[in-house]
Amino acid sequence: MMTEGTPQAASAILSAERVSKSFGEVPVLFSIDFDIKPGEVHAVVGENGAGKSTLMKILSGLEPPTSGVIRFEGHTGALPPDGQAEGLGIVVIHQELNLAEHLTVTESIFLGREWTRHGFLRRADMRDEAARILDLLHMHIDVTARIKDLPIADRQMVEIARAISRDARVLIMDEPTAVLSVTESEALFEQIARLRQSGVAIVFISHKLDEVKRLADRVTVLRDGQLIATVDATNLSADAIAQMMVGRELSNLYPPKKEPDADAPVVFAVQNLSTPGVHDISFTLRQGEILGFAGLIGSGRTAALEASVGLTAPDTGTVTLKGETVNFKNVADALAKGLVYMTKDRKGKGLLLNMGLRPNLTLFTLSRHVKNLFLDDRSETGALNRAMRRFDIRARDSSVNVGQLSGGNQQKLLLGKTMEADPDIIIIDEPTRGIDVGTKQQLYHIIAALAAEGKSIIVISSEMQEIIGLCHRVMVMREGQIAGTLEGAEISEHNIVRYAAGLGPKGTGHNERLSA
Amino acid sequence: MSDLARETAGKIPPAMTPTGRWRIDLKTAGPLVALIILVIIGYSLNPLFLSEGNISNLLTRSAFIGIIAVGATFVITAGGIDLSVGSMAAFIAGMMIIIMNAAADTFGISLVTVLIGAGCSVILGIGAGFINGFMTTKGRIEAFIVTLGTMGIYRSLVTYFANGGTLSLQSPVRDIYRPVYYDAIFGIPIPVLVFVLVAIAGWILMNRTVFGRYCMAIGSNEAVARYSAIKVDRVKTTTYILQGLCVSLATIIYVPRLGSASSATGVLWELEAIAAVIIGGTMLKGGFGRVGGTVIGALILTAIANILNLTDIISNYLNGAVQGVIIIVAVYLQRANISARRKPRT
Repeated sequence: MMTEGTPQAASAILSAERVSKSFGEVPVLFSIDFDIKPGEVHAVVGENGAGKSTLMKILSGLEPPTSGVIRFEGHTGALPPDGQAEGLGIVVIHQELNLAEHLTVTESIFLGREWTRHGFLRRADMRDEAARILDLLHMHIDVTARIKDLPIADRQMVEIARAISRDARVLIMDEPTAVLSVTESEALFEQIARLRQSGVAIVFISHKLDEVKRLADRVTVLRDGQLIATVDATNLSADAIAQMMVGRELSNLYPPKKEPDADAPVVFAVQNLSTPGVHDISFTLRQGEILGFAGLIGSGRTAALEASVGLTAPDTGTVTLKGETVNFKNVADALAKGLVYMTKDRKGKGLLLNMGLRPNLTLFTLSRHVKNLFLDDRSETGALNRAMRRFDIRARDSSVNVGQLSGGNQQKLLLGKTMEADPDIIIIDEPTRGIDVGTKQQLYHIIAALAAEGKSIIVISSEMQEIIGLCHRVMVMREGQIAGTLEGAEISEHNIVRYAAGLGPKGTGHNERLSA
Repeated sequence: MSDLARETAGKIPPAMTPTGRWRIDLKTAGPLVALIILVIIGYSLNPLFLSEGNISNLLTRSAFIGIIAVGATFVITAGGIDLSVGSMAAFIAGMMIIIMNAAADTFGISLVTVLIGAGCSVILGIGAGFINGFMTTKGRIEAFIVTLGTMGIYRSLVTYFANGGTLSLQSPVRDIYRPVYYDAIFGIPIPVLVFVLVAIAGWILMNRTVFGRYCMAIGSNEAVARYSAIKVDRVKTTTYILQGLCVSLATIIYVPRLGSASSATGVLWELEAIAAVIIGGTMLKGGFGRVGGTVIGALILTAIANILNLTDIISNYLNGAVQGVIIIVAVYLQRANISARRKPRT
């Protein structure tokens, strides 16, 4: 029930006052004050599990606060539940994509508020409107395409188009750029600027601090459910934000690079591999090397490497492992030869969210925990204890479901599961997607340490800084082909972007060859 | 059952409530509590319910559905479904009778004849299970569709072989075969003994072996299983083969009971088997299987029929209705349990 009240901050459209939230007996937010004004971008940052998403759910009425007051346009009281706050103009773009796979783009954008005339859908009008909104975002998505046929970045843009089309007055975006490429993010930022101009209040959650620095008027930092600070973005460097998030100084995000020996043997080679979305690519990996795969989302990096480890059957191409030509029929074949692939989709393909830590950790290598035909509890528990120590996996206790862990801990568990196989060659797809900077640092150090031990590693990443900070050598992919290879000092944001965009390095005449 | 309890404990964070542990026990024991309540009701309505003869009868009757349901637990846990088991049982029973009648002409009225019949039953069960599994995995057809198809095929085949009537075992052969249903070892009827052995083997397979873990992983998320080096198709096919094997065992025990098979044999067994699995706490969408619960589920279903037989309060004809109510209530309670869990946060 909304009741009349005196507006506390005259200009705030939506505010939370001393809001706390507990799930059962577990407190996740402690007395948070937060407000958002029309025509403002207010960024919320914090490590995974800091309570950002919970705060957003409270601000949008999806979760009621345990205590505290929500004030919308000067009225206090409970927001309507189950996303009905959209009717008030509070629109959320969720971190997990919330699109029905079998609907078309138009149907998704208009879902829940279809345009009708005399009870019939105005299909053509809706298609035109959907096309107009996507055009604003510079997206060339077929409005009659089904969601399931779209790449993940396009789905995110459809979700954004859906929110924009709702005439939002408060727009809450939970990590909207996590799966977007640089150009796609730019188009989104343009729209954010336009919406801000027109007086929309925007809440923006992101792990990408350069974006936060660039877009936000104010920044709120949360840590462990506590409000650390709300400050003007102009007074703050990205480094200062990062320090507030983790509560300690992050001096060395990336470990020092230790180049592999000059005469280190090639342990993994792929020649002339083609598979849908990938055309004739070749690369080699030397022992102790960290090889990066950079490029835009959809440039074929994942498809190429999934085909090399037997997850999909390549159309053509040969894979050589430690000098031996191999033909993997499935993941088990690759695993037997010491080659493993760690998926970027930890929730959909990496972990069983409704099971505990132990079955998840040992699933990949379960046959190693068999004693006299039966599973050996003690051996599995031992493996879990070791992995929790080695990878610093933090869980309230080891019987919780994996779905309840924070993204960072899930990722560390997935790495632990992969490393249970004690592989020689590890392919890691997006090692730090959607996880906080503290855990990122840990993962980078673990990856570097593995390489120093003599493991050979391929890192696929859309985060340029990660590729630059971590890799000894970088392949840049573009439209299913390798656009260029960078080594040593050549590995720079500038060069990666040029290759990814289809331009060769300046003055080398690569241009003509690449465009051919 | 300690592992079973631990599996369940994983579903609810113990930190949730101080009484969390009690609630877990209650949840695991839910079907058992329901069975005990049912027994009390049965006894209070008619003390004969707990007579030795009736208990023995009840357990023997529950053996067919129970054995089939143990197999169904694996299929459902791995995310599949098998609707063909009732028809498959009728078909196998019909084939056994035809084969034994023919074998009796060659080998005479002897144990060999019965053994040939039983052997053929096992081969047919495994074969039928393999066909279901092969078509769902390699053919990429949904299990519901495949087994709906084979359900019609087997039912129609047994009607065809029986020429629309009944296939009967030659009575001399039946005399040799009879004890398999009617005799007891150490006072335990043979069907019950087989049921107990199948249940124990099933429980061990589900909770103590790589195969059981793989079934749960596949039912929980097939993509994760595939990325975890599990040969998904092979494991899924194996669950259907296990199911076929369980059907063949149930049929071997069933045939001597009446010594005949017709198009009416095994009608609705598939639904009773699935109901037993679900009442026992296995999730229909897969990922979580409980063999112990399935056994109790089968006992609950048989006990309901038995109680209605022994009393006049509700007509025996309403047996199906009572079972239907129980199934819906059981699933509703499971659902309530799920939503009571803490939602994950990021």
